[in-house]
Amino acid sequence: MAEIRVQNLRKAFGAFVAVQDSNFVVEDGEFFVMLGPSGCGKTTTLRMIAGLELPTGGKILLGGEDVTMRRARERDIAFVFQLFALYPHMNVRKNIGFPLLAQGMPAAEIRSRVEETAKLLRIDHLLDKSVSGLAGGDRQRVALGRAIVRRPKCFLMDEPLGTLDTEFRDLMVHELRELHNRIHATTVYVTHDQMEAMSMADKIAVMNHGVIEQFGTPREIYDRPATMFVADFIGSPPMNFLKFGGGLAKGAKEIVVQGAKVAVPEVREDVAPADMALGIRPEHIRFDDGSKLRGAIYGTEYLGTTQIVAVETADGIIKARVPAGIHLSPGEQVGLTLSSARLSLFEKGSGRAVRTAMHDQAAEARHG
Amino acid sequence: MSLTTAHSVVAPSSNAKLIAGTIIIAYALISIVPLLWIFATSFKTPPDSIAYPPKIIFQPSIEGYCNLFTTRTRQTPEYINSLGPATGFCDETVRKRNMVIAGPSNFLPRFVNSLIIAFGSTFCAVFLGTLSAYGFSRFKVPLADDLLFFILSTRFMPPIAVAIPIYLMYRELGLSDTALGMILLYTAVNVSLAVWLLKGFIDEIPREYEEAAMIDGYTRLQAFWRTVLPQATTGIAATAIFCLIFAWNEYAFAALLTSGTAQTAPPFIPTIIGEGGQDWPAVAAGTTIFLVPILVFTILLRKQLLRGITFGAVRK
Repeated sequence: MAEIRVQNLRKAFGAFVAVQDSNFVVEDGEFFVMLGPSGCGKTTTLRMIAGLELPTGGKILLGGEDVTMRRARERDIAFVFQLFALYPHMNVRKNIGFPLLAQGMPAAEIRSRVEETAKLLRIDHLLDKSVSGLAGGDRQRVALGRAIVRRPKCFLMDEPLGTLDTEFRDLMVHELRELHNRIHATTVYVTHDQMEAMSMADKIAVMNHGVIEQFGTPREIYDRPATMFVADFIGSPPMNFLKFGGGLAKGAKEIVVQGAKVAVPEVREDVAPADMALGIRPEHIRFDDGSKLRGAIYGTEYLGTTQIVAVETADGIIKARVPAGIHLSPGEQVGLTLSSARLSLFEKGSGRAVRTAMHDQAAEARHG
Repeated sequence: MSLTTAHSVVAPSSNAKLIAGTIIIAYALISIVPLLWIFATSFKTPPDSIAYPPKIIFQPSIEGYCNLFTTRTRQTPEYINSLGPATGFCDETVRKRNMVIAGPSNFLPRFVNSLIIAFGSTFCAVFLGTLSAYGFSRFKVPLADDLLFFILSTRFMPPIAVAIPIYLMYRELGLSDTALGMILLYTAVNVSLAVWLLKGFIDEIPREYEEAAMIDGYTRLQAFWRTVLPQATTGIAATAIFCLIFAWNEYAFAALLTSGTAQTAPPFIPTIIGEGGQDWPAVAAGTTIFLVPILVFTILLRKQLLRGITFGAVRK
């Protein structure tokens, strides 16, 4: 196993820049997820790490070794494709053993390694079956088996659960993470599904238009989104934005939104007057008739323990997650109270998050 | 039977099936009757073969096959009587017509020429076609579209239009009437078909297979050999049949460019002459034997051929 270091990685297809100066480090044994909408450059980045595309610029280091221009087969990595790429003309055993055959390993050793791997993935009863008859989840396990049998430096996975049914997908998310906990293989996992990313990742990079918008743990990304794109992309329903104007001064603890004063985490930088946005997660909104920030109930979505309530405010619809017990009827006027300590502030033009006490506290917690 | 029969929008109605069945049977008859006639003629005696009205019921004889494989000379009855007893069935048949077998005919060597040239050129065309199709399918080839069009354009003209230049070139190069020359020529004609057909097949094979193999430690050539080729067998088989049918049946080039050592069966068969004109049973026998290899090859590969023809019609 090895760490992966990506430095100023760049890929252009003609005039189109797919990946722009990416930098990140995946530490040894870490489960790293690249998350973003389709076309954001996450798969291209993965293919460059694999050696299936050559970068236009930048460097890729695997375990400290520069492999930027090396051929895929010389990198000692394993790749799991979205379509699994199981060879239809070979049975499960041959599929899993295929990478070992390339190394010229003796047949007896291949046999024992394949069986060991199959046992680990609980597919040993399928070894002599043809891959074409397998169910989605089992195909996925065979594809994983082919990846781990060689004990490579790292695993690269390109939306490996994308084609599975929802029920299989939840199961495989669990299995993949469990497998990772057992073998601690450095893994780079690409997906557009935030649930997969949040539930499996040690670290996430959120990408958009070829740029890494934020790199951090799932908790950091959810609680302290670095940009409005990240805030909007992560969370279901996503973060609400309420606009407010004027600049911010270092030390400010209050802003005015729609005529109502809202307490926010202490601002730690000066921001010149511009269009600003206040970001609120749906679960950080409570209904409180005393609040000056008001709206009318637009609709509700019942989810069992909670409900998602759409509230029409002067600045459009925002969504709140509140206990399911509260009864609300459309048109009803409500006051909104926001959990001050959990609010994010953004500069609307650049989409960048304003530095507040929330960030400093997190940094202190990490160092202390 | 259930009381109500659901009307399916996809399954053909019984009327439609009846009409389709009738058309297919009629077409099959139109196609098969001439072949059956040839087959029957090959077992007729020369007088029966030219009898008027044509004989449908007749005494079968293998005289046609005897005549096909031998050359004969006419002798006096006294001379024939002076010979020992007939050595075989053919010998006996021939003696009844006051003739003796002088030696083997040219049919067998011509037939072998056909086999060598047809299978040789098919192998070359499919081999080159597979590699080129893979290249066009997977790599950024400069001017790929123009090159593909150029390859296709070589089939625009009928063979006869280029026959004379090729004849002159071949005479200069010493390729006239050689098996090598014919293999090269048929390969050149077939390779365009092979590239186009196989490119379609290879395009449909996801490149992830090779990428997976290359990541797993194989070179591109190994990845091609172990993952692409096994999955392209259907396409290769279908392409091989089409190429073989062309090379096997080709007449115009063969008639013009071969006359002796490299002559193939198609220009040879019509030249079989018997006593007093064409020896129709022998011609029919030659044709019947000529049909066998392609029939066997097609039957062996018929599944691939069918898949090859319908390939790409339905996306998975």
